[in-house]
Amino acid sequence: MADTILIVVEQREGKLNRVSFETITAGQAIAAATGWTLEAAVVGAASVAPEIASKKLAKVYAIESRKLAPYTPDAFAAALKQFLASHPAKLVLMPHTYQVRDFVPKLATSMGRTVISDCIGFKHESGKLVFTRQMFQGKLAADVSFTSEAPWFSTFQNGAFRGDKAEDGASAAPVETVNVEIADGVIRNKPQEVFKEAKQAVDLTQAEVIVAVGRGIKEQKNIEIAKQLADALGGDLAASRPICDSGWLPMDRQIGSSGQTVAPKLYLALGISGAIQHIVGMKGSRAIIAVNKDSEAPIFEIADYAVVGNLFDIVPPLIEEVKKAKG
Amino acid sequence: MKILVCMKQVPQKDAPLKLNESGTWIREDVSYEVNEPDAYALEEALRQREKHKGEVVVITSGPARAQQVLREALAKGADRAIHLEDDKFVGFDAFNTAKAFATAIKDEQFDLIFTGLQSDDYGYAQTGVILAELLGWPHATIIMQIEKNDSGIRVKRELEAGYFQFVDMPTPAVLTIQSGINKLRYATLIGIKQAKNKPLRKVPLAEVQAAIGENLQKIEKLYIPQKTKKTERIEGAPAEIAKKLVDKMKNELRVL
Repeated sequence: MADTILIVVEQREGKLNRVSFETITAGQAIAAATGWTLEAAVVGAASVAPEIASKKLAKVYAIESRKLAPYTPDAFAAALKQFLASHPAKLVLMPHTYQVRDFVPKLATSMGRTVISDCIGFKHESGKLVFTRQMFQGKLAADVSFTSEAPWFSTFQNGAFRGDKAEDGASAAPVETVNVEIADGVIRNKPQEVFKEAKQAVDLTQAEVIVAVGRGIKEQKNIEIAKQLADALGGDLAASRPICDSGWLPMDRQIGSSGQTVAPKLYLALGISGAIQHIVGMKGSRAIIAVNKDSEAPIFEIADYAVVGNLFDIVPPLIEEVKKAKG
Repeated sequence: MKILVCMKQVPQKDAPLKLNESGTWIREDVSYEVNEPDAYALEEALRQREKHKGEVVVITSGPARAQQVLREALAKGADRAIHLEDDKFVGFDAFNTAKAFATAIKDEQFDLIFTGLQSDDYGYAQTGVILAELLGWPHATIIMQIEKNDSGIRVKRELEAGYFQFVDMPTPAVLTIQSGINKLRYATLIGIKQAKNKPLRKVPLAEVQAAIGENLQKIEKLYIPQKTKKTERIEGAPAEIAKKLVDKMKNELRVL
């Protein structure tokens, strides 16, 4: 029997997280390279199974127990451990979301296994499967292999694969419900309702031009020159996480995995090194201009135009030139 | 409340990194600093102790240089420190690191263990959750607020896309702390002085060796990532760069 790849799709409050399609694309690519069978599972929300079953998959499992809602790491880890005991898989793939980060290390540890997390790709060379992941905030990449027995767990970074490339199946994959027993006392956390903080005052997702500042801005008072540039361009001011953590700009100006995801016509990054958590929030920008004094800053990997230099030298004349151009 | 804070020394954010000869790790001759989310984890522990009394203990693993993060933590107010000292700890995967920590603290009784939500070097985002599972404790990740209550604690988890969730949980528990949960303090001169006399227990590899197995994952190769995007360098004097950028904005990007 061929080995199996199991994709665990993500649902939140009973709705499919679209990032799951990226994991399906990744799984289809690994299945094509290895010849392994590709299956998927959804934990605690059978209602999303049909949406998944339309994709090219051998089978879809709906893992069910009334104790799976609301989400808790204890219940999810217990359910998947039980499922994997009766449905062995060689490789288990998930998106690298906050929810997965919350339970998958627990699941793997409970089975004496490991997770290669936050991968951006894979290689299958002379029969060996390795996963590529970023290290040192994206400055370096590593090819990582499993040295343990199956199941192997691996998670993929948002945007590493394209969800719209997930292939449809010729016909819908069969859906099978698998009931799991979660004993009393397993679940220790009591989650309350999910909520959003007071409405975000600033919606950066519609901005055409964004001027974003990072640590390179050095002091709160220096944010003024970035603001002047944003004003001159008719754009919005944004920031990387450390700037908002320091309280220099409000949290609703934050771009990245814990802030807003934007795709403006122009993203002007001032003194932003380009940590992965920031890049996932802005790499869809149509054009990126980066100004940074560190020529090795990861932001330059994704920039269209790179200026290696001190932003305090570059920005003042840039404001003047923009004003001139606008007349 | 007795709190353990797991801290890590990582290369400084803007330190230029060089690969070692075998291309499996970086050369060690770089500048180091404390992993940023761990600094927030320490700050949160100190604040909890100020509110509820108790003790803050800091732990790290790594070569002699890693002691610096413990010294800084003691100077900021931690009560004592544990250093799993050996060069080999650097190459441990998250599973082995967590096992080493669990072994080193087996005679202690903590109410809470904090870690940063992930490290700036490996970025696995796993050690805290693995440690919880090894200890048989509940955990919660990416925490932005911690309140003690009658039955244990109520924590605020950060979810994605601006969502949050409160979770009630019993203690002892492991929490992974998000950057920005609080405002960091600086060490005072008195604190730095006092730190010299605070207890720092060194744990040699031999003391935890029995719990350690082979790594379950292996870095086959570390390398400089291949560029996928064509980047145009804009060079010259600042005034010249400004002119060139405006020309791009006007004629190529059409945002002016």
